[in-house]
Amino acid sequence: MEKKIRVLVAKPGLDGHDRGAKVVARALRDAGFEVIYTGLRQTPEQIAEAALQEDVNVVALSILSGAHPHLFPKVVDLVREKGMKDVLIIGGGVIPETDIPALKKAGVSEVFTPGTPTSAVVDFIKANVKA
Amino acid sequence: MDIAKELLEGSRLALSRAITAIENEYPEANDIMKELYPHTGHAYVLGITGPPGAGKSTLTDKIARAYRKAGKTVGIIAVDPTSPFTGGAILGDRIRMNELTLDEGVFIRSMGTRGSLGGLSHKTADAVKAMDAFGKDIIIVETVGVGQSEVDIVKAADTTMVILIPGMGDDIQAIKAGILEIGDLFVINKSDLDGADKLVREINMMLDLDAGSMMQARTATEEAIANQFHHLNVTKHEEAAPGYWRPPVHKVVAMQNEGIEELIGLAKKHHAFIEENGELHRRRTRRARDEMLDILNARINAHIKGHIVDNGRLDGYVKSFQNHETDPYTVVADLLKEMLK
Ligand code: B12
Ligand SMILES: Nc1nc2c(ncn2[C@@H]2O[C@H](COP(=O)(O)OP(=O)(O)O)[C@@H](O)[C@H]2O)c(=O)[nH]1
Ligand SMILES: [Mg+2]
Repeated sequence: MEKKIRVLVAKPGLDGHDRGAKVVARALRDAGFEVIYTGLRQTPEQIAEAALQEDVNVVALSILSGAHPHLFPKVVDLVREKGMKDVLIIGGGVIPETDIPALKKAGVSEVFTPGTPTSAVVDFIKANVKA
Repeated sequence: MDIAKELLEGSRLALSRAITAIENEYPEANDIMKELYPHTGHAYVLGITGPPGAGKSTLTDKIARAYRKAGKTVGIIAVDPTSPFTGGAILGDRIRMNELTLDEGVFIRSMGTRGSLGGLSHKTADAVKAMDAFGKDIIIVETVGVGQSEVDIVKAADTTMVILIPGMGDDIQAIKAGILEIGDLFVINKSDLDGADKLVREINMMLDLDAGSMMQARTATEEAIANQFHHLNVTKHEEAAPGYWRPPVHKVVAMQNEGIEELIGLAKKHHAFIEENGELHRRRTRRARDEMLDILNARINAHIKGHIVDNGRLDGYVKSFQNHETDPYTVVADLLKEMLK
């Protein structure tokens, strides 16, 4: 048996900042995860459907544009609606500290802001993923 | 969740879970496959292979759209290499297929090679079966055309497209031996770039050399048959289905969606051809044979592992060889008797 943690790294919305997402994707690969990267400008519907088709354990969202209050909860809802109850949903990017409690309440398990070492992301996934 | 039952009822989540079970070799994968097997054999499997960056994913996207326009449902399995150092992978094929994501008639699954020796082709074959049982009409398997396991995967296709691009220089020399064998269609992508026509000429030349020898072989065989059975007048059937498919070389610009309809036409022609001359049946027979042996081998290996490796018996035997108390030949003979009774 060869279980592998699969992570969808996605950029919702029209935000074109993809350096952070790519940095995180590479770090997760180097930690031995299978990373499905879908590129820029994804709608929440596309992200949820890709998560379903790829049967990922983690959905990792990156936003630097400020659209997170709307887009993160939308993705959480759609992923759950599709029957993926156990999928861990995390986010990162330029996100004010004051916004984080609301995001967590909406179902985002953790939020990583600029300057976070990627090892913190890896450790969080390992500790919280339901594989 | 009864994965097989729900898959057959059309649940995309169940299809997704089934492929995970196959990939991770979960014990329930066997039972799932048992239930799905009677529902397989309807899909047409298209293999797409070629060097990294040739535009395989871009082309897969366009081919899938063309089939969708023709009313067919499509499954896509996109295989990318796993890093041998970390065991991780970035699977990026979906980047080129994002517009297909919300089409309910399309299901895309990315797979890493996971460094499994030989096991990969077995797993992709089962994933193809799962999509087949789900009801997909066309299943496209994209793999990077390097390495034996990838070649094994495309061998499992009904029609295999080899994608090449201009400016590969000497690379083509290095890969030509392998690709000539497996390509049913040769696709020159990025024909918007310089050198496409030169590449078409090169490939055609290589294929003609190959075709020449194939035709000669066929003529000799035909002669022998004709000599033996001339009273039966067998030549008529031979005319209807000549035995040799000369792979066409076709230019496309995947990014611009140019040449795709014609490419689908060629794939259809190949499909009809191998159906007519019995090659499709032969390929599927060979595949069923290989598959059966694969499954048996895998199970026997697992049995051996459980029987003597995991419980430490193997280490005990090795010690007794080193002490010259017995030898591997005696022990294996005894073990076989024990295991096969
Ligand atoms: C580089 C940059 C650009 C580059 C982007 C290049 C690219 N391809 O990514 C360019 C020049 C193109 C650009 C353009 C713009 N930018 Co800009 N840009 C930046 C800048 C300076 C750095 C971003 C960056 O790459 N950081 C490096 C990476 C590695 O860090 P990171 O993305 O933060 O990721 C880390 C963490 O956040 C976290 N993380 C991130 N994502 C994820 C995801 C997950 C799942 C996890 C676990 C963790 C995680 O982990 C990473 C590692 O620690 C920021 C300012 C800043 N200091 O953040 C502004 C910034 C993001 N840009 C900004 C703006 C406004 C723009 C423009 C709109 C400017 C304009 N008016 O034209 C355009 C919009 C472009 C577009 N199409 O969206 C604003 C956004 C304001 C806001 N959020 O309210 C910022 C914050 C600058 C500012 N202070 O005003 N930008
Ligand atoms: N010039 C040109 N570039 C193309 C064409 N098709 C694909 N590409 C580009 O080639 C790169 C690799 O494409 P991709 O489909 O990911 O290749 P793969 O690695 O073979 O799957 C991308 O940047 C594409 O945009 C084409 O017809 N012409
Ligand atoms: Mg690709």
